[in-house]
Amino acid sequence: MTEPVLSVRDLRVEFVTRRGILKAIDGISFDIAKGEVLGVVGESGAGKSVTGSAVIGLIDPPGRIAGGEIRLSGRRIDNLPPDEMRKVRGKRIGMIFQDPLTSLNPLFRISEQLIETIRTHTGLSASGARKRAIELLTEVGIPAPERRIDSYPHEFSGGMRQRVVIALALCAEPELIIADEPTTALDVSVQAQIIALLKRLGHEHGTAIMLVTHDMGVIAETADRVAVMYAGRIAEIGPVRDVVQNPLHPYAKGLMGAIPSLESDAARLVQIPGSMPRLSAIPPGCAFNPRCPYVFDRCRVERPEPVQHSEHRVACHLYDQSNVRSEAVA
Amino acid sequence: MFAFIIRRALQAIGVLLAVGIISFAMFRFAGDPVNQIVSLDTPAAEREQVRRSLGLDDPVPVQFARYLVQAAQGNFGISYQFRQPVSDLLAERMPATLELAICATLFATGFGVLMGVYSGLKRDSALAKLFQTISLIGISLPTFLIGILLIYLFSVTLGWLPSFGRGDTVRLGWWTTGLLTVSGLKALIMPSVTLGLFQMTLIMRLVRAEMLEVLRTDYIKFARARGLTTRAVHFRHALKNTLVPVITVVGLQFGSVIAFAIITETVFQWPGMGLLFVQAVQNVDIPIMAAYLMLVALIFVVINLAVDILYTIVDPRLRTSIRQPA
Amino acid sequence: MAEAIEAVQASQPTTWGGRFLDSDVWASFKRSKLTIAAAFLTAMFMAAAVLAGLLSPQDPFDPAQLELMNSRLPPIWDAEGQMPFMLGTDEQGRDIFSAILYGLRISLAVGFLGVAFSATLGIALGLIAGYVGGSVDAVIMRIADVQLTFPAILIALLVDGVVKSVLGGQLDGATTLSVLVFSIGLSFWVQYARTVRGSVMVEKNKDYIAAARLIGLPAPVIMFRHVLPNVLGPVLVIATINLALAIITEATLSFLGTGMPETMPSLGTLIRIGNNYLFSGEWWIVAFPGIALALLVLAINLVGDWLRDALNPKLR
Repeated sequence: MTEPVLSVRDLRVEFVTRRGILKAIDGISFDIAKGEVLGVVGESGAGKSVTGSAVIGLIDPPGRIAGGEIRLSGRRIDNLPPDEMRKVRGKRIGMIFQDPLTSLNPLFRISEQLIETIRTHTGLSASGARKRAIELLTEVGIPAPERRIDSYPHEFSGGMRQRVVIALALCAEPELIIADEPTTALDVSVQAQIIALLKRLGHEHGTAIMLVTHDMGVIAETADRVAVMYAGRIAEIGPVRDVVQNPLHPYAKGLMGAIPSLESDAARLVQIPGSMPRLSAIPPGCAFNPRCPYVFDRCRVERPEPVQHSEHRVACHLYDQSNVRSEAVA
Repeated sequence: MFAFIIRRALQAIGVLLAVGIISFAMFRFAGDPVNQIVSLDTPAAEREQVRRSLGLDDPVPVQFARYLVQAAQGNFGISYQFRQPVSDLLAERMPATLELAICATLFATGFGVLMGVYSGLKRDSALAKLFQTISLIGISLPTFLIGILLIYLFSVTLGWLPSFGRGDTVRLGWWTTGLLTVSGLKALIMPSVTLGLFQMTLIMRLVRAEMLEVLRTDYIKFARARGLTTRAVHFRHALKNTLVPVITVVGLQFGSVIAFAIITETVFQWPGMGLLFVQAVQNVDIPIMAAYLMLVALIFVVINLAVDILYTIVDPRLRTSIRQPA
Repeated sequence: MAEAIEAVQASQPTTWGGRFLDSDVWASFKRSKLTIAAAFLTAMFMAAAVLAGLLSPQDPFDPAQLELMNSRLPPIWDAEGQMPFMLGTDEQGRDIFSAILYGLRISLAVGFLGVAFSATLGIALGLIAGYVGGSVDAVIMRIADVQLTFPAILIALLVDGVVKSVLGGQLDGATTLSVLVFSIGLSFWVQYARTVRGSVMVEKNKDYIAAARLIGLPAPVIMFRHVLPNVLGPVLVIATINLALAIITEATLSFLGTGMPETMPSLGTLIRIGNNYLFSGEWWIVAFPGIALALLVLAINLVGDWLRDALNPKLR
């Protein structure tokens, strides 16, 4: 099997505050292969965005990476000195954020922002960079790019702006793109276009994509695999079709059950009682245990380690072979 | 864009009119226009004549209109103290004040921006904390105390700089400048610093706050995520976004600087409009007070208008949003 | 994630005292020796001003107590200094220390009264403009806008000059003080008015006001009893900043010769008098009042900064 583009092992990210140390991410592991789209899904505060920021090395104080390894194409990047990491950013890892309007500097033309990014990572001249910029704009689907390249960000519509943002992230042909809620700020009609664009670019360039979102619909459309995060941990990770149709972790079950669907006959949407715990009040054992309908004693005491169960990896005592099966209700 | 300018111009005229009313009211009712012409022992009959010739029996709106027309022509009456046309006095003193104000603004902007940018980029450094302390002192110490302190240090104790006056000045047409002589330059240093210190503090605080705000924005985060060098992120992007609002503040502040020159000119006996105004207040010389008010209002209003226009040039978002609402 | 972090940091105990003691502000106050020192200093200054009569060895403005042979004495740490004139005397034999205490009293008095006047005028106009709305609001706000184009010092000077010319002749100390309070008050009302007006316009549309109107309460009662208490928080913040500014403005006016006279001097007047002796070597006549003024304003500013953070709703 070829090396995964991104390999994260036991990553831990902490925030040091007056009230103590908050564990934003508490030991997560996953891989993303070349050309694959991994969806990272979960509620607000589950740690999805922090994961993306950690991978690209943009965790600012009072946050810090407290442990674990991040490898890009086999080589560690989490312990690089700042200027080395800067060279990785943009060139080998690209990142796009949620709001395309605030992602672009309003005082600079698109051409200026594209050209400076291209020239930072390649040795192209100004005119060469400009040509490449126009190519990129064409690739992301901006019509008449030679004319529009000298416009300012506010002169584009929301969907167009996000395309520009994607173009900027692609400037140096990175191996991995982290997309943090790329469609949340866009109209529904435009969302589909952007999603399709991301998928196409991933397949054409072989770029690995980490797609962070709270929108399960987007994941179902776009991702090859999905990781469900809860309270800074991965509850379940597996191929998207499997996890959606046959979720194993009780939280994942709840999530999938909460998705409205035209096909199902359910009279009401499933709702998971309670809410995700605050970072300062994560319960011992399994973080989900206060809300879990299948909870038993071990859950309250011992944190479940991820175990392989067919195609999924799930962190739940229900699937742990060493468990006394008679207590579990599958 | 033009509609915007016209609107602002109309507002400006409104302000000038309002100030004109106050100015006129002062001139006509708080002062005594007859006294400008006659002396104490002029007989009553002659006074009556003077009254009528000055048109003081006409209805008030007519007098107001006349006042405005005369003001527009630069005629503000005769000073009680000096028995000279007020406009002559003001014209003579204006270069001194303007030169001082410009130097003070340059000093304040230059140092303020430098210190503010540094404090924004290196928040926790010792130097940044020092700048914070200086800024606190800058806004706490009254201008005149700063002036006195500087005089004590550099004139009385060290004897390096002159403690009053402009030094030797060179006349260029209507303007007199102290920038072309050594003594003139030396004389400019302390008053400029005194006048500019408060503004420098404001600018430094503003730049620092803006810088911190800008560094937290998404576009800066995205710039970092794209792998741009720290230098590019800080000095190409963040700096530009920080300075745009700052420039307009500096412009608006210029009017204030001219007004605050009153204090500095008094401390350093600087022969400008401010000192003239203070003397006018001390001696209740109403024509000068009224004229100064109108002149300062005019300067303020023109500057505000210019800054508004400048802002639309500098911020591309405003250019289109004025034409079509976003 | 950022919200999650903030939510944890913002979670507080429920009582007011508990919240205050638990807040970042109190933590920073305890940690910041500077703010504690400033608060202490301010309290000391105010106490000194109130007790000026008891603390000063001499009433410097009673000519009967002055003797020329005591004139121009340097402070006591200088060889030629003499007790009880701790900080030296001026050319008329006035004790500088006493003069500072009495001057402090005047400076603080004008400061507080000026702020009180500004606040009252500003709040009243703000309430009216916000509540009544319409053309009344438009007129008041236009006046405010025009006034805001000019720095306060200019307005204070102007009002001072005009009032004095209207009142004519030489004014005694008490009248001058009133004129000063009036001038300063008139220069600073706009900030209060704008803030109050803004708050009123927000509160005006709330249900409890509609209810009060339904019961038939007259407008002034509604404004004062119901709207005003909700609006006082930001007003207090403005007042603290204003106090330092008012004191500086009065000192400046007095320094320029248009403020308190020499018979009833404030710190600014003392500095003006003392400035004349700077070159002849009697530096103490200007230095000590100057230091007193600087420390007073600095202390008030520091306490004001802390108070502003304490009352900032974002930190609650």
